[in-house]
Amino acid sequence: MRMNQNIAISETGFLFNPSTGESFTLNPVGLKLISYYKEGLNDDEIISRMQEEYQVEEREISRDLLDFKNVLKHYLLVDNND
Amino acid sequence: MTKPTLNIGVTGLNAIDSPGPGVPVIRALKEATSFNVRIIGLAYESLEPGIYMHNLVDKSYMIPYPTEGTDALLSRLEYIHSCEKLDVIIPNFDAELYSFMKLEKKLLAMDIHMFLPTFEQFEERHKVNLSDFGKKYGIDVPFGKAISDPHDLRDLEDEFDYPVMIKGKWYDAYVAHNIEQARSYFSKITAKWGYPVVVQKFVQGTEYNVIGLGDGKGNMLAAVPMRKQFITDKGKAWAGISIEDKKLIALTEKFISSTKWRGAFELELMKTSDNIYYLMEINPRIPAWVYLAVGVGQNIPEALVHLALGNDVAPLPAYDVGKLFIRYSYDLIVDRSEFENLSVNGEL
Repeated sequence: MRMNQNIAISETGFLFNPSTGESFTLNPVGLKLISYYKEGLNDDEIISRMQEEYQVEEREISRDLLDFKNVLKHYLLVDNND
Repeated sequence: MTKPTLNIGVTGLNAIDSPGPGVPVIRALKEATSFNVRIIGLAYESLEPGIYMHNLVDKSYMIPYPTEGTDALLSRLEYIHSCEKLDVIIPNFDAELYSFMKLEKKLLAMDIHMFLPTFEQFEERHKVNLSDFGKKYGIDVPFGKAISDPHDLRDLEDEFDYPVMIKGKWYDAYVAHNIEQARSYFSKITAKWGYPVVVQKFVQGTEYNVIGLGDGKGNMLAAVPMRKQFITDKGKAWAGISIEDKKLIALTEKFISSTKWRGAFELELMKTSDNIYYLMEINPRIPAWVYLAVGVGQNIPEALVHLALGNDVAPLPAYDVGKLFIRYSYDLIVDRSEFENLSVNGEL
């Protein structure tokens, strides 16, 4: 999944979409997920990293990741092709 | 090289919850890099705060309301010109524009310059004619009709579903959820702004505005789109952020090139959930949030002055995205004698 090119994300988790003027605040987990996507990790790799870090079941992480991606899509923050 | 000092008359010095653009226009002119200014405030009411902002306004004069006719306005401007030698006037109210447009040639003969839309541009973009405007130029506008009889509201029920927008000819707009509310708003608006009243399809969405400047030949010299971040109960932006949206810029370019718009303007748009922009209104003058454009790198009032003086103006540089304006109110403490001077003598 790729974030839209012009989206600005600060280290504090503040996300600004210059096309729409909308801004969002990511919690630490959301910020971490975005940073994994920016590293180029795919969903499976992200799930495995999160499992190591948070000791949570794969199913739960998969579901939360899907929710998170849907939110990003809803707010037009990711490329439509993803 | 020394910069020239221009005497510029500016209206719209009021600052209620739907503030006039005069004070931010003056701030922009004070920051102009290509000329110095002496600001002559032109006020309709003695309590317009800009009159008393002596750091911004050098001298103020009362001018007659448009309802008193253009002869009264011309006569007053002749007097003011004899005292101040005005170089440029920037009118900032929709309701006064017609008078200034009518006087444009006479004022030019007095060497007072303006850069205003043509009568045709002014009329065809009027909210009363906006539906036809959209069809003519292929721009999405919500369906609307102008009515002068409240009984027509009942007839319109075949063409509109509630809620609908009920809008005044010049200012004010309300959302009516049923015929009773529509009638009530019709009366409220006509009592204040006269006839007709515009009934417009309600569009749900997010509000965006664009401030722009056209050179009258179809070229876009400036454009800054803004998303409203905080909206008052009057629908006015109390905070907003500059954005970068190619669709909005393209729409603005289309508006300017197809109408050959002359002067400054504001486009009011609604973006629906399926990302369609509907043009809700075109204001034929500088909006009150103009200082955001200045703050992000486009001094539109400065460019407007050059256009008025017949100087060549190149498109303004790219603007900064992601900067906010946040409006605030501020209490001036004014000695009674100043208020008295203005009230008695009509100038301060």
